[in-house]
Amino acid sequence: MLESGLIIRALMRNKMGALLIALQIALTMTIMVNAIFMIQDRQGQMARDSGLNEQDTFYLTNTIFAQDYNPQVGLKTDLNAIRKTPGVVDAIQINAIPLSGGGWSSGLQTEAGEDKDGVNTAIYMVDDHAINTLELELLAGENFAPSDIDWRLPSQSAWPAKVMITRALATSLFPDNWQSALGKTVYISNNQPMQVIGIIKNLQAPWNGWSGVERSALVPFQMETRSGRYFIRTEPGRRDELMPLIENMLAKSDKGRIIRRLTTMEETREQSYRQHNATNKILMAVVSTLTLITAFGIVGLAIFSINRRTKQIGTRRALGATRWQVMRYFMVENFFISAVGIIIGCIGTVSLNYWLVNKFNMTPLGFELILLGVITLVIVGQLAVLYPASKAALISPATATRTV
Amino acid sequence: MFSYYLRLAAISIRRHWGLSLIMITAIGLGIGTAMTTVTVNYMMSANPIPQKSEQLFYVQLDSWDINDPWDEGQNPPDQVTYTDASNLFKAGKAFRHSISAQAFAVIEPRDPDQLPITVNARANSADFFAMFNVPFIYGGAWSAQADINKELVAVISKETNNSLFGGNNSVGELIRIDGSLFKIVGVIDSWQPAPKYYDLTSGAFNDSEELFVPFSLIAEEKITRSGNTSCWKPSGDGMAAFLRSECVWIQFWVELRDEQEKQDYLTFLNGYVEQQKQLGRFQRPLDNRLSNVMQWLENQEVVADDAKMMMAMSFMFLIVCLLNTVGLLLAKFLGKAPEIGLRQALGASKATLFYQYLVESACIGLGGGLLGLVLAWLGLQSVAAMYGDYMKDLTSLDGTMVLLAMLLALGSTLIAGLYPTWRACHVQPSQQLKSQ
Repeated sequence: MLESGLIIRALMRNKMGALLIALQIALTMTIMVNAIFMIQDRQGQMARDSGLNEQDTFYLTNTIFAQDYNPQVGLKTDLNAIRKTPGVVDAIQINAIPLSGGGWSSGLQTEAGEDKDGVNTAIYMVDDHAINTLELELLAGENFAPSDIDWRLPSQSAWPAKVMITRALATSLFPDNWQSALGKTVYISNNQPMQVIGIIKNLQAPWNGWSGVERSALVPFQMETRSGRYFIRTEPGRRDELMPLIENMLAKSDKGRIIRRLTTMEETREQSYRQHNATNKILMAVVSTLTLITAFGIVGLAIFSINRRTKQIGTRRALGATRWQVMRYFMVENFFISAVGIIIGCIGTVSLNYWLVNKFNMTPLGFELILLGVITLVIVGQLAVLYPASKAALISPATATRTV
Repeated sequence: MFSYYLRLAAISIRRHWGLSLIMITAIGLGIGTAMTTVTVNYMMSANPIPQKSEQLFYVQLDSWDINDPWDEGQNPPDQVTYTDASNLFKAGKAFRHSISAQAFAVIEPRDPDQLPITVNARANSADFFAMFNVPFIYGGAWSAQADINKELVAVISKETNNSLFGGNNSVGELIRIDGSLFKIVGVIDSWQPAPKYYDLTSGAFNDSEELFVPFSLIAEEKITRSGNTSCWKPSGDGMAAFLRSECVWIQFWVELRDEQEKQDYLTFLNGYVEQQKQLGRFQRPLDNRLSNVMQWLENQEVVADDAKMMMAMSFMFLIVCLLNTVGLLLAKFLGKAPEIGLRQALGASKATLFYQYLVESACIGLGGGLLGLVLAWLGLQSVAAMYGDYMKDLTSLDGTMVLLAMLLALGSTLIAGLYPTWRACHVQPSQQLKSQ
C-alpha cells in the first residue's frame, strides 16, 4: 500500500499510545488462546462416554442398623422385589458408582508375584445382571453365569475366579492386541488368578480426573454389607415416577434399615463435572470481557488520536483525499498496531502454554487455535476502529481553514 | 489545594465521562476478577489454627511396598497403619497425641416413630479435642482412661444435639448407635476448620463430623470405620487380620511444644522404625516425616490447581485493564495540553500540575476500586453458586480482602497514571499557546 510508509512514520512519532494498544492485544491474545484451549480440553473430558445408560438409571443406599438382620436374605429379597416392579428393566447391587468420585481400585498383573508390575483399575462388584442393568456393550466373550457369583464377606481377601474387563484395561494389560485378553488369566492381590471371560466396550471408573478413567473391571461378587448400594434401570422416561415408588417399597418392607441418598446418574454426572463446568463459565466470561475491554481501549485511543489530528485530516480532505481514504488510513494504522501486538501475543501464548504444561501437566496447544486467535483479534481490532474511523471520515475539509 | 484539585478532577471526569467510564469499568473489572480469585486462593490456603499450627505435627512413616513405593518414592504414605498408630500411641512420647479415623454410624431414636439418623463420625483419642482446640457448649472431652477402658462414650455436634435433644444440655444422656448404648459426655459448638486440616483424605473442605467416639471402639467393632483405606499387601480375612495388615487408614498427629521436643520425637520415630525393620517391616529407606499444619497443607496441595491457574490468569487480566487505563489516561491528559500550557504560563509549577493529575488518577482508581469490590462480591457469589458445596466456605470477603482490593485499585491506578501525568507535565507552554 502506498501510504504504509507514511502511516508507520506517523506512528513512530507517537509510539506510546500505539505500544499500549499493541501490548493489550498481545496479552489479550495470550489469555484468550490459552483459556479457549483449557475450555476445549475440559469439554473434551466431559464429552467422554461413560459407557452406561445415564438417562434411565438411578441408585440408592441401603443402610442396615438392626442387629438381627440377615444381609444375604435381605439382599435377595430386595433385588427380587425391585426387578419385579413394573417399569423396572433390571437392578443390581454395586459397590461403587461411575463418575461419583468414590470407589475401589486394585492392581491387576499378567504374571503372578509380588515384584511384578500391575495396571490399576476400578473394581465394580456386581452380579450377572450388571450388563443388562448398566446397558453395557459386550464386545467379546460372555457374561457371568448365576453360578459364578460369590458372596463377599466384610474384610474378605479372596477374589472370585472370573472377571470382565473394559477394552481400555485389556489394551493396558495386553498392549499388542486387546482381543487376546479374552480367556487369559490375570492376577489380583499379586497372586490370585482370575480368568478374563468378557471384554466390555466402555465403562468409566468413579474418578473422572484419573488418567486411567476408562479402565474398569467387573467382579462377580454380592456383598454382605451393612451399607450397600442398589443400581436400578427403568424403562425410558419412567425413572422419575419410579424413584419414590421404589424408595417407599424398600423403606416399608423392613424397619431395620434406612433407604437414603436416592440419586440419578444424571445428577452424578452434573456433580462430577461441576467444577469443570464452573471453571469453563468463568474462563468464558474472562475471555469475553477481556476482548471487550481491549476493543474499548482501541476505540478510546483512536478517538483521541483522531481528535488530535482533526486539522490534519481536514487539510488532507481539502487537498483531495476521499472519505474512504481517510477511513482507510486509520484502519491500516490499526492493522499495523494489531500486527505488532499479535506477534508479541504469539510469543506470549506459547510461553504461557509452556508454563501451564510444566506446572499443571496440561497438553501443549495446537497451531489452529493460535491461528484462530490471530484472525479473531484482527477482526476485533478492525471492528473497534470502524466507528472512530468513520467519524474521522466525516470531518469536513473546511476544518483546515479554522484556527482552533 | 486538595479540595480544589478534587473539584478539578470532578469537572474533568464529568467532561470526559465516556473515557472516564471506560477507565472505571476497566479497573473495576480487573480488580473484581483479581479479587475473586485472590479471595478463593486466600481462603483455600488459610491457616485453620493460627494459635498452634507450629506445634501440631502430622506423622508419616514409610511402611510401603519396596517394589512399588508410595507416590513413586516422593513421599511416605499419607496415613499410617493400625500397628504403627497403636505402637506410637502406647509409647506416649509426645506432649499430646491424636489417633483418628473416619467412621460411620446410624443413631437410633428413642422414640420408635422417629426415623433413625445416619451421621459421619470420627473415632479418635481423647487428646483430639484439646489438640485441635475443639470448642464445647456442654460437657467436654472424654478422659484418657475412657480410651484405654474402651468406654462407650460420645461427643456430638451442635447439629446432632439439636436434632436429637432440641438443643438442650444432653450430657449424661444415652444414645443407641449400631445396637450399643453410648453415653454423651460433651456437645461441640459450631466447629468447621477450613481447610479441614486434621483429615484431608476425603476432601479438604468437607464438613466436620457429627459424632466422635473413642478410637479403641473400632477394634471392638462397636463403630463402623469408613474413609480412605490403601493396602499394598493382601490383608487376610476378618477384622483382626485387617488390624494386623499393612493397610494405611489412620491419621496420627502429635503436639510438640518446641524444636527440642520435635527433634526428640523424630529421633524416637527413627528408633521405632529401625526396631520394626528388625521384624521384617519397613523395607524402604528410613523416611519419617513430621509436618506442621501449614507444611502438611502445602504437601497435600490443598489449593487446587484450577484456583492457582485462575489467579494467574486474573492477574494478567488486571494488567490488560491497567494498560488500557494508562492508554486512556494518556489520551485524556494529552488532550488537555492547551489547558496545561495555559496554566503553566500563568505560573503553575510542574509539581502542582503533577499533584493535580495524580489526584484525578486516584479518583478514577477509587471509583474503579469500589466498582471492583461490588464485582468481586458478585463474582464470589457466582463462584459459590456454580461450584456448590466445594466452595461454600471459601467465598466471603473479609476486612483484609476489602482493604487489599482498595489498595490494589488505588496503587495500580496511581502507577498507571504516572506516565501520562509525567507526559502531561512536560507540555511546552510556548507551543501550546502559539497554536491557540
